[in-house]
Amino acid sequence: MTKIIDNIFANSTRLIAITVLFITAWIFTVLFQESLLSMQTFGLDFVTESKWAPNLEKFGAFAAIMGSVISTFLAMVLAVPVAIGVAIFLSEIAHERLKAPVGVSIELLAAIPSVIYGMWGLFYFVPIIRDIFGGIGIGMLTAGIVLAIMILPFMAAVTRDAMNTTPDILKESAYALGGTKWDVIRDIVIPYSKAGIIGALILALGRAIGETMAVTFVMGNVHKVSWDLTQPATSIPVTLANEFTEADTDLYFSSLFELALILLVISFTIISIAKFYFLRRKRSV
Amino acid sequence: MTATQKRVFVNRIVMALSTLSAGIGLFFLFWILYILVSNGVEAINWDIFLFEGAPPGYEESGLKQALVGQLIIVGIATLVGVPLGILAGTYLSEYGQKSKLAETIRDISDIMMSAPSIVVGSFVYAIMVVPMGHFSAWAGIVALTIIMLPIILRTTDDMLHLVPTTLREAAFALGAPKYKVIIQVVYRGAKAGILTGILLGVARVAGETAPLLFTSFNDNFMSTDLMEPMASLTVTMYNYATSPYEDWQRLGWAAAFILSMFILSLNILGRLVLLTKKGK
Repeated sequence: MTKIIDNIFANSTRLIAITVLFITAWIFTVLFQESLLSMQTFGLDFVTESKWAPNLEKFGAFAAIMGSVISTFLAMVLAVPVAIGVAIFLSEIAHERLKAPVGVSIELLAAIPSVIYGMWGLFYFVPIIRDIFGGIGIGMLTAGIVLAIMILPFMAAVTRDAMNTTPDILKESAYALGGTKWDVIRDIVIPYSKAGIIGALILALGRAIGETMAVTFVMGNVHKVSWDLTQPATSIPVTLANEFTEADTDLYFSSLFELALILLVISFTIISIAKFYFLRRKRSV
Repeated sequence: MTATQKRVFVNRIVMALSTLSAGIGLFFLFWILYILVSNGVEAINWDIFLFEGAPPGYEESGLKQALVGQLIIVGIATLVGVPLGILAGTYLSEYGQKSKLAETIRDISDIMMSAPSIVVGSFVYAIMVVPMGHFSAWAGIVALTIIMLPIILRTTDDMLHLVPTTLREAAFALGAPKYKVIIQVVYRGAKAGILTGILLGVARVAGETAPLLFTSFNDNFMSTDLMEPMASLTVTMYNYATSPYEDWQRLGWAAAFILSMFILSLNILGRLVLLTKKGK
């Protein structure tokens, strides 16, 4: 009898664990099937054409894809130096008594839902951008900055964790040789934790590119590629969030699903690179 | 300038810059927190808990439908997602261990943990909303469960792994079958860690907005019918905040405040559980 129960327990845990693989495969399959119509209709034009006109049944995702790339790039340019600074501060500079409270508050801020960052951006940041750069304040620049602020706590926390893996004994040896803090950071901490830091930054990139709510409020959802960053723009998640409930034709839906598929493939790739190339989980069994 | 002086000088500059960036980071983050609290405290009153949504301009309007909806959607997603996640994590740590299958599941689930949540929303839209013909609370629940599963799986796997092998061996030596060893010994040893994982997992899905936008959708009135669209704090917040009406925006801030406090308390509670466990 116990043998039967033992078997049932073992097999049901395995079945449920395999479900995770099954769901992932299912998501890819469903998104692919749903976007077939759009793929057949537009082919490669879908990713190179920027005309997105639901009334004419013309869908080109170039503006949305570029919007995702540009806003994420902006966010990374702004957030990476600050995040590395925060990480250096937390792991090497801050007094022991400061480390815990500052570290924990940064982790807590990483837990605040992104919809709240978006709301803050809309009410408090858009007017500032409007006053400084003119225009309506909603657009690529605002989205990039809000995205940078939203991703900063996560990025800083993971980078700090990477830096903290440096063994104290290595650092102490360098200090004993008369190294300054910067010498130790440059010649010991960074070389030692390089893979971890790069992995942390790429992981943050993977999260930023799929982030929806922080940017939906402040992007404007206008399908146009413009080098003027203060102009309203769009990105893949912004388009999905704004138009999914408005789509009325099969082709419209199919195009949105193709956008979702593109987004999933992009972020899946980026996250895999971060996780498998740089952050291989070490486990001693 | 001698070489040493130069090194000390460069060191000072770098220290100043990184302290400054920590200051910049903290400034923005506390600014957001301040705005959240100041707007939230101002907007919160009893009416919010007593009344449903109303057209702009109405005195008696509140967030009752969103609060109830949020509890129902996140609650059921937790009830479904937590046991599934724990069982899947149990397989990885106790049965699969370092086998190829277990490693693949770990990898894929790790990636899914960071995958864009809006994509999960569109997937659920295709498999549930389209066949049913309308939005429903169930669709939202399924979306949140899919997002929660990898989180619980990962923490369970990690926490069970921390339980010493000797404990398992001792139980086996007494003749206990494997499932009893897992349930009565391993789970007990990892209780605090799993609880923390659950709290953090709930906190994470409670703040999700994107996967609910086109699954559970929204409803301005109280509803407990899982087959119908249902309001949630996050979607309500989004709709109210982007509306042009001041009293709706105020309700949006109240929702933002309640949600953040809920999520922050779960996070702090999760940390405390781990700390008290370590203290023992």
